[in-house]
Amino acid sequence: MLSILVLGVLVGPYLWPVAINDIDFAAKLQGPSLAHPLGTDDLGQDLLARMMYGGKISLAVGFAAMLVALTVGVLIGSVAGMSSGWVDAALMWLTDLFLALPTLPLLLLVMYLFRDSVKKVLGVEGGAFVLIVIVIGGLRWMPVARLVRAQFLSLREKEFVEAARALGASKVRQVVQHILPNALGPVIVVGTIDVAAAIIFESTLSFLGLGFPSDVPTWGSMLRDAKDYLDIAAHWALFPGAAIFLTVLAINFVGDGLRDAFDPRRML
Amino acid sequence: MNAPVTPTEDLLRVRDLRKRFAVKGGIFSRIVDQVHAVDGVSFEIGKGETLGLVGESGCGKSTTGRCILRLIEPSSGEVWFQGNDVTRMDGDALRSLRRDMQIIFQDPYASLNPRLKVGAIIGEALTIHKLAPTQKAMEDRVVQLLETVGLQPDHMHRFPHEFSGGQRQRIGIARALAVEPKLIVCDEPVSALDVSIQAQVINLLEDLQEEFGLTYLFIAHDLSVVEHISTRVAVMYLGRVVEIAPSRELYDNPLHPYTEALLSAVPIPDPTVKRKRIMLQGDVPNPIRPPSGCHFHTRCPIAKPDCAQRVPELRESKPGHWVSCHYRG
Amino acid sequence: MQDTLLDIRGLKTWFKTEDGMVRAVDGVDLRIDRGETVGVVGESGCGKTVTARSVLKLIDMPPGRFEAGQILWQGRDIIPLDQDEMNQIRAREIAIIFQEPMTSLNPVYTVGDQIAEVIALHQKLSPRQAMAGAAEMLRLVNIPNPQKRVHDYPHQFSGGMRQRVMIAMALSCQPKLLIADEPTTALDVTIQAQILELMQEMKDKFGMSIMLITHAMGVVAETCQRVTVMYAGKVVEEAPVEALFGDPRHPYTQGLIRSIPRIDRAVSRQARLESIQGTVPSLLNPPAGCRFAARCKHAMDICTQGIPPLKEVAPGHRVACVL
Repeated sequence: MLSILVLGVLVGPYLWPVAINDIDFAAKLQGPSLAHPLGTDDLGQDLLARMMYGGKISLAVGFAAMLVALTVGVLIGSVAGMSSGWVDAALMWLTDLFLALPTLPLLLLVMYLFRDSVKKVLGVEGGAFVLIVIVIGGLRWMPVARLVRAQFLSLREKEFVEAARALGASKVRQVVQHILPNALGPVIVVGTIDVAAAIIFESTLSFLGLGFPSDVPTWGSMLRDAKDYLDIAAHWALFPGAAIFLTVLAINFVGDGLRDAFDPRRML
Repeated sequence: MNAPVTPTEDLLRVRDLRKRFAVKGGIFSRIVDQVHAVDGVSFEIGKGETLGLVGESGCGKSTTGRCILRLIEPSSGEVWFQGNDVTRMDGDALRSLRRDMQIIFQDPYASLNPRLKVGAIIGEALTIHKLAPTQKAMEDRVVQLLETVGLQPDHMHRFPHEFSGGQRQRIGIARALAVEPKLIVCDEPVSALDVSIQAQVINLLEDLQEEFGLTYLFIAHDLSVVEHISTRVAVMYLGRVVEIAPSRELYDNPLHPYTEALLSAVPIPDPTVKRKRIMLQGDVPNPIRPPSGCHFHTRCPIAKPDCAQRVPELRESKPGHWVSCHYRG
Repeated sequence: MQDTLLDIRGLKTWFKTEDGMVRAVDGVDLRIDRGETVGVVGESGCGKTVTARSVLKLIDMPPGRFEAGQILWQGRDIIPLDQDEMNQIRAREIAIIFQEPMTSLNPVYTVGDQIAEVIALHQKLSPRQAMAGAAEMLRLVNIPNPQKRVHDYPHQFSGGMRQRVMIAMALSCQPKLLIADEPTTALDVTIQAQILELMQEMKDKFGMSIMLITHAMGVVAETCQRVTVMYAGKVVEEAPVEALFGDPRHPYTQGLIRSIPRIDRAVSRQARLESIQGTVPSLLNPPAGCRFAARCKHAMDICTQGIPPLKEVAPGHRVACVL
C-alpha cells in the first residue's frame, strides 16, 4: 500500500507528464475524466499531477521530520537513560518542558518569525521544507526520548548487559552493541507513527497557509485551496484528503510490520 | 579482623564487605531508608577450590558475587584478588581484572543478547580484549570454545532463541571462558534448568574446572547442588555469613541453628528416609530493619534473650569450621 | 474399598499453533483415589500442567482442544459438560493453586474480599458472615492475626504467606480434590517446608485428595503416596512412591532420580552426576515410537518403531517401556 503511494509520487510524474501549473481555464473545476483522471482545480490545473508532486513533498517532509525527531529523541533518551542523577533529571525536565508547550500555536509563531529569514538563505521551497521539517521534528522528539530512556533503564539492568560489563565492555560498546539494538523495536514503531503525524502536521500548516507557498502543491495546501469549492468540486478535496488518510494508515501498518520484522525471535 | 585466615594460595579474599542500597520514597524520591544487602561478609577462596554460597532469597548472596566483580560498587570492605584490592581498581586495572574474573548468570534467557548471533556473543570478549588478531583467529577460537562446552561449530551462526535452556547456559559458559579467567562467579547457574539438564551443566562445570584449573564461587539456593559441587560452603542469612565449613562437614555437623533448619528443610528424594524436620517459624525479616543482635534470633529455636543484644562473631569452632552463634560450636 | 475420585483415560489435549499441532498431552491415563496424594512429575513441557488444567477445563479453546479421551470425575465424563455445569464442579469440588501466588491473586481487592467471594459462591451468607468465614480460613492456614489481615491486600503478604492465602481460598469451598501446580517452586526451602506441611495438615483435616504437580523429586518423595512420571506428553511410569524410588523401571525415571545430587549421602563430589543426554523432543513432530528413545541408554531398534503401552510390572506399578 505504502509502496504503491511512494512509487506513485516518485515515478508517477514521468508517466503522467502534465505540468503542475498548466493553467487551462476552459477545463476548470472539472470532475474526473480521461484527460484529467482526478479532475482539475479552479485554475484548470491537473489534479493528478499536483497530487503526485504534492505527495512527494508530503512524504519527504514526513520522513525527514521523523528522522529529526528520532535522532534528537534517541540521543537525549540514551544520554538520560545511561546517566543517572542530575543529568538524567535535567534532560527529563527539558523533555517535560517541551511536552508542555502548546504545539500548534508555537509552530505558527515559529513559522511567522523565521519564514522570511530562512527563505532568503535557502530559497522559497527549500527554506519552507527545512523550516517545516525542523519545526515538526523539533516538537516531536519528546515521546521518543521518554521511550528510549525507559527502554534503557530496563535494558541496562538485563543480565546480558551485565555480562558485557563483566567482560570489560566500555559504556559506548554496551550502548551500541547491546542496549540500543534491543531498544529500537518500539522506537521504530513510534517513529513510523511520527511520519504519519508529521504529514498531518504539514497538511495542517499548509491548510492554514503557513507551509509551502500556494503555488507549490502539497496535499495540505490542495485541501486549503479546495475548501471554498467543496459544494461544486468535491473531488478536489476528496483526493488529497484520501491520500493523507491512506498514507497515514499505511504507515501505521508498516510500523507494526517493522516491529515484528526487527525481532530476531520471529525470523525463523 | 574476626574472619578465617588461611595462609597463601588464596585466590580471593573478601574482607568485611558491605553494600547498602538506598530506598527512595515519597514524591521527591528522598532517601528514606537503607537496605543492608551485604552486611560485613568475609571469606576466602583457595586456588582451584569451589566455595558454595547458599542462603534464601534476599540474603545478599548475589549482591556479594556482583560486588566482588565490581558489577555493583561495594559500599565498603576489601576484595583482594591475587594480591590487589579490587575495590580500589579503575581504568586499565579494572579492565584486566575482567579477564581474570567472569560470571555465569542464572537466567539463560535474559543473559544472552537476543539480537546477536552466538558467534558474536562469544567473540565479544575477544574483540574487547583484542585477543584475536584476525577474523580467522576469532572464528577458530569461537569454534574451539563451542566445542569445549559441548556445542557444535555451526551453532555460531544461530541466534540464542534457537537454543534450549541448557544449551543457552552452555553459550553463557563459553562466553565466560573466552577470556581464560581464573575465577568464575556462578550465580545460580542451574536454578532455571530442568533436573536432567541441571546434571549436564553441573558435570560440565566440574570438567571445565579440572581442565582449566578454574576457581568457582558457586552461588545457589539449592543445597543439594551446592553440596555436590563445592569444596567448602558458606551459609548466608540477611547479609551476614553465619557458617563456613568444608562441604561434607557442614552437612554432617551443622552448627548454626539456621544451617540446621535449612538442611532439614531440603526434601530428600527417597521416601524411606524419615527425618526430624526443624520447622522455622515465620518469614525472613525485612532487610531494611533487620533484627538487632543476631539477625536470626527472631526465628531461632534456641534463641536466648541476649541474642537480641549482642552480634555474634564468626569464630573457628573446629579447624576450618567457622560459625557465628553465641550458643553453638 | 478403592474409591476413585478422578479417572483420566487416554486424554489428548492438543494445541493448534501457526507451526502445526502441538501434542502437549498425548494419551494420558491418571487415577486419583479419595484421600490420596498423587504426584505428577516431569520436566517443563512434559504436559503435566496441561493435564491439570484439562481437569478443570481451564484450557483456552481454541487454540487447545480435547482430541480424545475421557476425564471421569466421580464416574461422570466432564469433557462434554457446559460452562454452567463445569462452574459447579470448579466452585464446589475441585480447587487449584498455582506456582506464582502473586499473579493468581487480584491486586486491587483485599484477600478477605477474594476469599469471601469464593465462600459466598456456594453458601448463602451475608457479606459479614462471609468475611468472618474468610478470617476463619486464614486462621486455619496459620496466618497470624487473621482478623486484621483479611483487610490487607496481596502485596502486603510475603511469598509464603500469599501461598497460604491461595490455599485458604482454594479450601474455602471444601473441595474433594486440590490440584497444586508447582505450589512451592517459587519459594525458599524453609518456606517450602512450611507450605508442604500445611498442605498435609489441611488434607488430614478436610479429607481431600491432592494432585501435586512438580518437577522436584524430593517434594514428591516426601508428600505423595503414588506418582505418575510424564515425559513429552505421555505417562512413562506410574507407581506407589516407595516402588518408584526404590525400583524405578523406566530409564527416564531412573535418570531423573540419579541426576539429583543427594545431601543425605556421603558420595557427592567424587561421583559424577548421572545426566540424561540431549534435550526434550519437540511436541510438534514427536518421534515415532518411544519418545524417550533418542536420549535413552538402552534404546534398541524396536523402541523407535512402536509406542510402548503401559504394562503392569508389579501391583500398581506400570511402565511404558519394552524392557
